[in-house]
Parts: sequence; C-alpha cells; structure tokens
Amino acid sequence: METEILYNNFKSEEYFINMGPQHPATHGVLRLVLTIDGEIIKKVEPDLGYIHRSIEKMCERDSYQQIVHLTDRMDYLSANINNEAVCLAVENALQLEIPERVKVIRTIIAELTRISSHCLWWGVMGMDVGALTTYFYGFRDREMINDIMEETCGARLTMNYNVPGGLMLDIHPNFVKRVKEFVTHFKSKLPEYDRLLTGNVIFQKRTKGVGVLSREDAISFGASGPVGRASGYSCDVRKHHPYSAYDRVTFTEALHTEGDTYARYLVRIQEMWESLSIVEQLIDNIPEGEHRVSTNAVIKLPKGEYYQKVETARGELGVYIISTGTKNPYRLKFRSPGFSNLSLLNHIAVGGKIGDLVATMATLDLVIPDIDR
Amino acid sequence: MTDDALQNLIGGWFDDLEFTTEESQFLNVKVPREHLHALMQQLREHPETEFDYLFCLTGVDWGEELGVVYHLESTTKRHILVVKVTTADRENPELDTVCDIWYTAEFHEREVFDFFGIRFRNHPNLKRLFLTEDWEGYPLRKDYEDDVNMILH
Repeated sequence: METEILYNNFKSEEYFINMGPQHPATHGVLRLVLTIDGEIIKKVEPDLGYIHRSIEKMCERDSYQQIVHLTDRMDYLSANINNEAVCLAVENALQLEIPERVKVIRTIIAELTRISSHCLWWGVMGMDVGALTTYFYGFRDREMINDIMEETCGARLTMNYNVPGGLMLDIHPNFVKRVKEFVTHFKSKLPEYDRLLTGNVIFQKRTKGVGVLSREDAISFGASGPVGRASGYSCDVRKHHPYSAYDRVTFTEALHTEGDTYARYLVRIQEMWESLSIVEQLIDNIPEGEHRVSTNAVIKLPKGEYYQKVETARGELGVYIISTGTKNPYRLKFRSPGFSNLSLLNHIAVGGKIGDLVATMATLDLVIPDIDR
Repeated sequence: MTDDALQNLIGGWFDDLEFTTEESQFLNVKVPREHLHALMQQLREHPETEFDYLFCLTGVDWGEELGVVYHLESTTKRHILVVKVTTADRENPELDTVCDIWYTAEFHEREVFDFFGIRFRNHPNLKRLFLTEDWEGYPLRKDYEDDVNMILH
C-alpha cells in the first residue's frame, strides 16, 4: 500500500547516463550509454572505438612475421595465445611440419597465460564487487608467471614468443624448474581463492541469479569461452578443434548450466585447476629437438583462404586470412571473443540494477583492445 | 554431415548456388544476394543442417565487388559451411541482414557497415560502431585514402 502511494506520487522517468569511458568497472576505455529508470536498466548501448587502431588494415600492409606482433596488442592478457593463432594459420597454409617440442612448449605457455589472465580477472572481479583484497592475491600469483615469461623471452606482457615455424628462442634452462615451483605454489593458493571469495555470502548474493544467459542465446550471440560454458554450451576449441598438443592431454571442459554471473565465476576457477593439470601432464615430457623450423625470410602464403581458431582466456579467437599469393594478406579478419561477448551485454543486463551490471561485466571479462582491434 | 552430403542437400534448395572446396579448408557456397536471407534461414532451421553458430562474419573488398563472408558451424552436427555473397554496386551496396537469424550478426554487420559501407536491409540499429558518425569514407576498402592517418607502404 505504502509503495503504491509512493509510486503514484513520485513518477519516475527514463534518462541517460554515461558509464565510462573512464569508469573503473569497464576495465579500459569503453563507454556504455545506459538508459535507466530509477536504478533499473532499460538499455545498455556500448560506444566503441576509443582505442581502435585498425589492426586489420595494418595487417594488409605488413608481412606475416610483423602481424604476429600486432596480435599482442589485441587481448594483451592472452598475448601468447593470439601469437599462436596467427602462427598456426601461417604454418597450416605453408604445410610446415612443426617439431613436437614446439607444440608442447606452446601448450604449456598457453595454459600459463590462461592462469595468469584468470588470476588478474579474479582479482579485478573481487574488486569490482567490493572485495579489494582479492586484487593483491591475484597479482601475487600472477607475478610468478610474469617472471617465468620474462626469463623465457624477455617480456612480461606482450611476449612475441611465437614466430611462424616455432618459437623465437628455446626455453630457458630454469623454465621447467620454475614452472614446477609455480604449480606447487599455486596449488596451495588456489583453495585460498575459494575460501576468500567463492564461499562469501555477500559475494554469492551479488552474483547468483544475476545476468542470466540461456544456452540458446549464448550460441546465437556467438558467446564463447567461459561465458558460453557457464550457460551449458560446450564450446571449448581445445576440445572440438584441437591444435598444438591439446590432443594428447586429458582435461575436463568446465561446464555449468545456470548461465548466471556466479556460474561464469565458477567456470573460470575450475579452468585454472584444469590448466594446472595440463601443465603438469606436459612439463616432464617436453620432447627434445629443434625449437623452430626455418621458413623463408619473406613468407608468401599460397593463394587461398585459411581459418584458424584457438581458445584464448576469453574464448574463441578466429584468424581468417585471405591470401592472393603475395607477401601480405589480401584481407585478414580477427574474430575476437570479446566482441561477441560484449554484444550480449544488453541482453543480460536489461531489467537489472547498475550494481548488477558491474558484476555482470566483471564476469564477461572484457579486454577492450580485443574489441577495438 | 560430410561436405558432399551438405552440397547435395543445399544444392537442391536453390538453382544458382556455386559450391567449391578449392583454396579453402571448408566447403564454400556462393549465393546470389536475392537468395541470401532465404538460404540462411533454411540453413539455420533445416533439421539436417542446423547451423546455429555464426562464428565469423567478414566484410571483404574484392576490388570490383564488395562482399560478406559468413562462417557457419552447427553445434550439434559439428559441420562447417562458408557462405559468400557479393554486390557489384560500390556506390550504394545493400544486402539483407541476418541478425534476425543469429543475434551476433547485429554487431558484426555494424562493423562491416562501418568499414566497408555495406548497408544491411532491415537491420535494427545500423550506424557506425567504431568510427564517429561524421567520418568520411570506409577505411577497409581498398581504394580508401587518408593522407593524415594512414601509413603507406
């Protein structure tokens, strides 16, 4: 009765509000134009392009070796996996036989990259919903992986470790030892993540039943990675289109059916365990051999079209190359996971509150340069 | 379904489809633009094909023509098909939208409109996605020129 009087006396009306481009929850320069009624979201329209560099146009002028470097600057948290995608596309086009050693090392590095990306996501996710401590935990563990990367290839974020034909350098003599140290360390720390955040009642109330995405909509929106898998959609490229050494390791595809923010959270936590398991299976079995096969200094792909998909920490990255037989691609398209995952934001955020939008966005795990390629 | 079975089935739906597997790892089909929407609808809904996942939508400037390439996959049958469509009208290119069939096409088509200037008929919100509204020209076209922002060879 009281609320009825309240609603009758105080009519609300829709209005616009800008979230971003410098809002902390957008994790980069993304502007969301929100149409809201009170605190209820009626519409979310992303405004993109603040950091668009037109990487696809640049690719049309660059050699294939140079293109690998540009991919670091898309989803920088999956830099190694992006590099791998372009290298695999080029290697398949040239029908190069890649040494087993390279395949195994690439897989280990890719899984370490995934863990490091998920660590950052976990830290930021906690921070977005008000638990500042997670940030320090996530960055503490991520630091060990960054150190391993630094020792391996000299860079901590944009590695450029892959080249068409293999790896730029062989692994550092300390690599195996340090990776094992990390695995032991992280196995003891990952349960802390659960104790600190997963079981937290406030956190669960903020995330359960929020931003629900059904399986059908996930497929229709082209959702991939943890976002798709939390809706019960089996979309792991490593399972369905195995590349590198994924055909020789056993791991479970993390699947949940709820499709809400909490399910997306659980999928990523489970993925970190699976990644650890993959690294453990391979680290003692790195085959001896060359770390790279030689390619021509000027790589020319045969006339034709090549498509390579890989599973980055955010989902399915596709590299589509149209070659006319010259040293540059005629057209190169990156199908980035973040782009499709962002497109469903309006669908799952409408009807919720702004606070829920922050939690929802945190589990979409958007990296803006991946969208603004 | 195998590529041959797909070709036999889909080839029976419309007369003027061109199939090829040359120079590509997938089965390619080129469709005249007047049949694009009907073919896509059929591919999505037919129980034998069930292409429910549009995983990539690419605009291409082929020189004479502008075109769009659709990469389709079925999450149940796990087969892949590439559909291509072109338009020779560079001044006012128009194609039918497929965002009523796959939601993901809405953003992808806006990107293609932004960079290639292809207008998608019946698109609910066709405006530039990355560039500003007053941007002149379509940067990913081969004949695009910009003396200030573009680094040439």
